[in-house]
Amino acid sequence: MHLTQRLITCAALAACLGIPARATAQQQDTTRGVRIGLTYQPGTKPGVVVFPVNGPGGDSLQAIVQRDFDYGDRIEVIGGDAIQETAKQQAARNAIDFTVWKSLSAAAVVQISVMGSTAHVNVYDVAAKKVAASHDVQLSGSPPGEDWRMSVHAMADQIEQWITGVHGIAATRILYVRGNRIYVIDSDGYGEHPVSEPGTVLAPAWSPDGRTIAYSELVKGGWNIVIRDLATGREHSVTATPGGLNITPAFSPDGQSLCYAHGEENGTDLYMVSASGTGAARRVTVGRGTDNVSPTFSPDGARLAFTSGRAGHPEVYTSDADGSNVALLTPFNFGDQNYRSNPDWSPDGRLIAFQSQLDGRFQIMTITLRDQTVKQLTSEGINEDPTWAPDGRHLAFTSSRTGVKEIFVLDAESGRARQLTHDPGARLAAWSHSTSAP
Amino acid sequence: MTGKTRLLPFLLLAVSAAVACSHKPPATTPTPTGPNQDSINAENARRDSIARAEAARRDSIARAQGDADKMRAARDAATKALTQVIYFDFDSDALKDDARSTLDAKITILNASPDVKLKVAGNTDERGSDEYNLALGQRRAAAAKRYLTDHGIAGDRIDIISYGEERPVATGHDESAWSQNRRDEFEITAGADQIKGAP
Repeated sequence: MHLTQRLITCAALAACLGIPARATAQQQDTTRGVRIGLTYQPGTKPGVVVFPVNGPGGDSLQAIVQRDFDYGDRIEVIGGDAIQETAKQQAARNAIDFTVWKSLSAAAVVQISVMGSTAHVNVYDVAAKKVAASHDVQLSGSPPGEDWRMSVHAMADQIEQWITGVHGIAATRILYVRGNRIYVIDSDGYGEHPVSEPGTVLAPAWSPDGRTIAYSELVKGGWNIVIRDLATGREHSVTATPGGLNITPAFSPDGQSLCYAHGEENGTDLYMVSASGTGAARRVTVGRGTDNVSPTFSPDGARLAFTSGRAGHPEVYTSDADGSNVALLTPFNFGDQNYRSNPDWSPDGRLIAFQSQLDGRFQIMTITLRDQTVKQLTSEGINEDPTWAPDGRHLAFTSSRTGVKEIFVLDAESGRARQLTHDPGARLAAWSHSTSAP
Repeated sequence: MTGKTRLLPFLLLAVSAAVACSHKPPATTPTPTGPNQDSINAENARRDSIARAEAARRDSIARAQGDADKMRAARDAATKALTQVIYFDFDSDALKDDARSTLDAKITILNASPDVKLKVAGNTDERGSDEYNLALGQRRAAAAKRYLTDHGIAGDRIDIISYGEERPVATGHDESAWSQNRRDEFEITAGADQIKGAP
């Protein structure tokens, strides 16, 4: 059926059912990756109906999956009371009427039933009128516990992969600083709790497997880097460079090394040490008395991007992981002041997100490594310190757009933003690297 | 007969009694033999002498008090000069002229008070990267330390630390607040009671 005709049918049926027609024909390409057997128009987000879920925690499980799809920005959730009533009737008859869902522009129907700790998932291809994927997924814990929620997120991410070809990012967490603690929060804004002792703490970072975090803490003689095991709460400090300034840790993608900034009386330079933080540190940058901070690894671990004041004001530079081949990445005068900082290398390796000052305010921008094309992503309020989601499409950052600092999540492709935290003073977010919890 | 020779027999008696009783005080005290002109004169002389000593003591206390006040004032002034804050321009660790004068005053006091140690804390305004500002604060503290050590103060007398933008003194979001926050603070960490004013 031609797209226009399909949309007219959809609108007509929507009118009959008393529901608003859903947003259609997104302009951005959201169809990268390989899809399995599902047929829908390229250039649009596939419409998906999630049937009511039977079994323990069914209602909240359905709500979580729908919200995960929505926050993933790759799927258009077709919902509402009338839709759910129709779905309920079809589920009761155990007969899926694909004609109805096709007329609503649904590309897929997701049916989940829970037996004990097993969720059975069927994904139906509406156009082909057949099952596209059928799997059993193990859930952890019990509703509405944190483990259970995370396992539902992991299931939603898997379903997203079956439908769009791209794994979702729901089963991820974000570290951030508020007041005197480091906090962690699930990607959907639930499960927030502190993961550091009270103190003056900054710059949290994830290990690649999500089991360990590192952050800077103010102690009597200066700043220490603390490495903490999240499961046991066990902590130790980086001892390679005792005293002075030890800040902005970043784990290498293989989890073997930790890069951080160390400064005493002659500027601040980047150092590399084993991920345990013990043993000797190797100096990476030669800043000659300038400040070199905020390292981020390329996905293959071979390169670094960092903030350096070596030219008299902060700019983003790249180098090899051993410090050689330093190059200025942001040689552009974008705004009224020369100040660019806080780079974060995208998981696909193509882009670096950073903050740049425009009219006295920081905004989030990306720059391509290949040809240094710059794109401005934010304009509302002051926006700082971007961190990529594992899908390389979403970013979390600090924004003052509500009047206080909060963490926001932005879809870099559609520009859609949502507020993640809801207590004033949240900043310095770090998105976990793995796409499913261990 | 003088008072001294008149007392002599008694003293001799007292000494022999003390020896005889092995360090016990004498059992009886001498009975006064009644006033005469000599003893009145002696008593008056004694009273005059006490009054003069008392006056001298009062003078001495007053003088000491004055000296202590002066010393305390000098120490307070020196302490104030040692802990006087210096300020910086945006994204800069360059010492401005007034900052150099402030540091020069500290150098004079540090030279006169060798037991005094300082901790320099570098701070920034809220603008800029939270992380980069820690390094900038470190550079500001290091700039003050370098100025002091370049002028002969031993390096082990000056510790430095950076608080970045984490400890603002002014909470506003305009230049008047920012300019107060771009600063080095100085804390006396040893020898606070040994501070001497400029000679």
